[in-house]
Amino acid sequence: MALVELRNVSKIYRLGEEEIRALDDVSLDIDEGEFISIIGPSGSGKSTLMHILGCLDSPSRGTIRLDGIMIERASPRQLAAIRNRKIGFVFQFFNLLPKLNVVQNVELPMIYSGISGRERRQRAMAALEAVDLANRAKHRPSQLSGGQQQRAAIARALVNSPRIVFADEPTGNLDSHTGDAILSLFRKLSQEGRTIVLVTHDPEIAAVTPRRIEIRDGNIAAKIDLTLAGLMRPEATASTPMPAQP
Amino acid sequence: MSGSRFAAPPEIIRNSWAQLGICLLAGLREIWAHKFRSVLTMLGIILGVSSLVAMSALVAGMEKGAKEALVAIGGLEKVSIQPQGIPVEQRHLSDQATGITLKDVRALQESAPLVTMLSPEMRMPATLSANGKTFRPWNCLGVWPSALEMNEHVIEHGRMFNELDDEMARNVCVIGTATRDELWGAPDKVGQEFIPVGETLFINGVPFTIIGMFQYYESERDRKERVLAQTQTNQPPSGGVARNNRGWGARRRGSSFVFYLKNATVYIPLNTVWMKFRSGATQFSMRFGGGMRTVTGTSGDPRLSGLDGKIASVDLLPEALQQIRNVLMITHKGIEDFTFMTQEDWAEQINTFVHNARLSGGLIAGISLLVGGIGIMNIMLASISERVREIGIRKSVGAATGDIFTQILVESVVIAILGGLTGLATSFVLVNLISSFSPTDNAPIIKITALAVAFGFSVLVGILAGIFPAIKAARLNPIQALRYE
Repeated sequence: MALVELRNVSKIYRLGEEEIRALDDVSLDIDEGEFISIIGPSGSGKSTLMHILGCLDSPSRGTIRLDGIMIERASPRQLAAIRNRKIGFVFQFFNLLPKLNVVQNVELPMIYSGISGRERRQRAMAALEAVDLANRAKHRPSQLSGGQQQRAAIARALVNSPRIVFADEPTGNLDSHTGDAILSLFRKLSQEGRTIVLVTHDPEIAAVTPRRIEIRDGNIAAKIDLTLAGLMRPEATASTPMPAQP
Repeated sequence: MSGSRFAAPPEIIRNSWAQLGICLLAGLREIWAHKFRSVLTMLGIILGVSSLVAMSALVAGMEKGAKEALVAIGGLEKVSIQPQGIPVEQRHLSDQATGITLKDVRALQESAPLVTMLSPEMRMPATLSANGKTFRPWNCLGVWPSALEMNEHVIEHGRMFNELDDEMARNVCVIGTATRDELWGAPDKVGQEFIPVGETLFINGVPFTIIGMFQYYESERDRKERVLAQTQTNQPPSGGVARNNRGWGARRRGSSFVFYLKNATVYIPLNTVWMKFRSGATQFSMRFGGGMRTVTGTSGDPRLSGLDGKIASVDLLPEALQQIRNVLMITHKGIEDFTFMTQEDWAEQINTFVHNARLSGGLIAGISLLVGGIGIMNIMLASISERVREIGIRKSVGAATGDIFTQILVESVVIAILGGLTGLATSFVLVNLISSFSPTDNAPIIKITALAVAFGFSVLVGILAGIFPAIKAARLNPIQALRYE
């Protein structure tokens, strides 16, 4: 059983008389431990797909199963709990709370899972260690560089050990150099066995992942799976040609 | 699809107290981040709470002062029977009207068991002279010895005249401190207390011996102030010098006027007034417009200017009044030339006043709290619209609708609680400020219940003001909130 099973999912918006199909009958499976990218130009429906996969939005039609849970039947409160426990988000604009310092930002998801203060702090520090940002724990987000902020956001996404991490244009707001560092961090996490979904409009960034799904006009236009073709093994992604790193 | 194939969604079990603590901290942090804005927002609550407390303290002080004055003039059990003009339909019987006389007193003594004590009064206009000075007291009354108890007088020096003095129509009198102050000087003016017992006092030219003097009457507050001044200046605790606030020099505002009048009283045996002056009742006839009447009426019994009775119990007031009325209707041959004055009317007036003052003051404070609440709601709405993104982030990491709702509500309540506490502190300052230039003599009394009620209202306002913004914040769509710039 796949970690995520999307079956005939449609998302329809109504603008007056007009009916806009942001997603039209999409079916998709994501297995545990996969590193997958969803690629498409803006307005293609990739963001809608990510929001539905990430339990931020509910589909108009179709069924989703995440880790065995029927998402479309869950109540808003259960959806919040699923987001909290099973899903991590990394955003283009980092989305750290400016009034909290880095470690408090990383603690945020655990506050909503009712974890005690001491354990929260320990786990947050461990997550910051993992992204090599422990020395900035007491800094405000505004005192950090873009790359550091994004690493803090990744630590926050990972701190509750989610089953799947969604990264929405995680390098979109970074210079290419820092962006590469973030991408290699994702690669590293993937090698550690995390399930990561990278959402991007940039084919170059999508090239990092062995499996790519191209969305166009609300439909899956192309599926590329290098692992099937034997061209790329999931555990060997680090060896794919990448821009040289310093 | 059987249900068992699917895992149940994760249930999050939270320690709600820890959760509340986190919310409180977040709320305080948010308030601290916008100090000036928060203080301005709290101002409405501060004003509302402090005006509520101050208003209730003022009213409580006035109520206490009024009740003290009520007790000073004889308490609730006292009923005054006073002459009044004959009703129109009985005008043709006016030559039969006797007025209130000692015959009535004797009849009431025998036939009105609900009246436990009677004190007839014969008022006379008097000019007192002694020591080369003259003084016109407020009250110069011919009374029985029972007047002492009836009007809550206390003899401090000498004695009250007794039945024998009355029977013999002796030229003796008991004076209040105001007379002494005027004729021989107040203790604070002359430096020592003069006790005029044994001195000769000329009342309308007739020599009387002063056999007793009442104590100095004052309101509770005046007494406290005097004692305080005494201890502060380290003056000897006894002796006249300490009493610096009596006589004409005393402040005569509000309820202490009652105490001044009580001090300006002279009592003479009733018989003496009748035998020596024979003028008490004519004065009354002039005053009440009853036309020219003989002093004695038709019965040959001296007319009284008034008759006070003490009834057995306040609960029996209507019955006692009916009893008095029945007796008097017989002795007055059915002519209703008397009326009753009870302290109940006054007590009712006090209650009405207190009620009205509470209502209007409470209304003002309530409006102020309402405005404060609107201020909080306004600022919470502004706050959430500048924190849409924060709410989106919190939702994306797993905050449920309820979490956001609680967070905003707690923040609003924290503002209200801080405002309420500051308001309570401010109220003490406000009360002191108001009492320094308030028209009454009564010290405001800050009651614990008033503090609790005011604080409770501030919390309530915080909750009410927070609910709408909290719902608004909780309902934000996380996707739109995350996109919000």
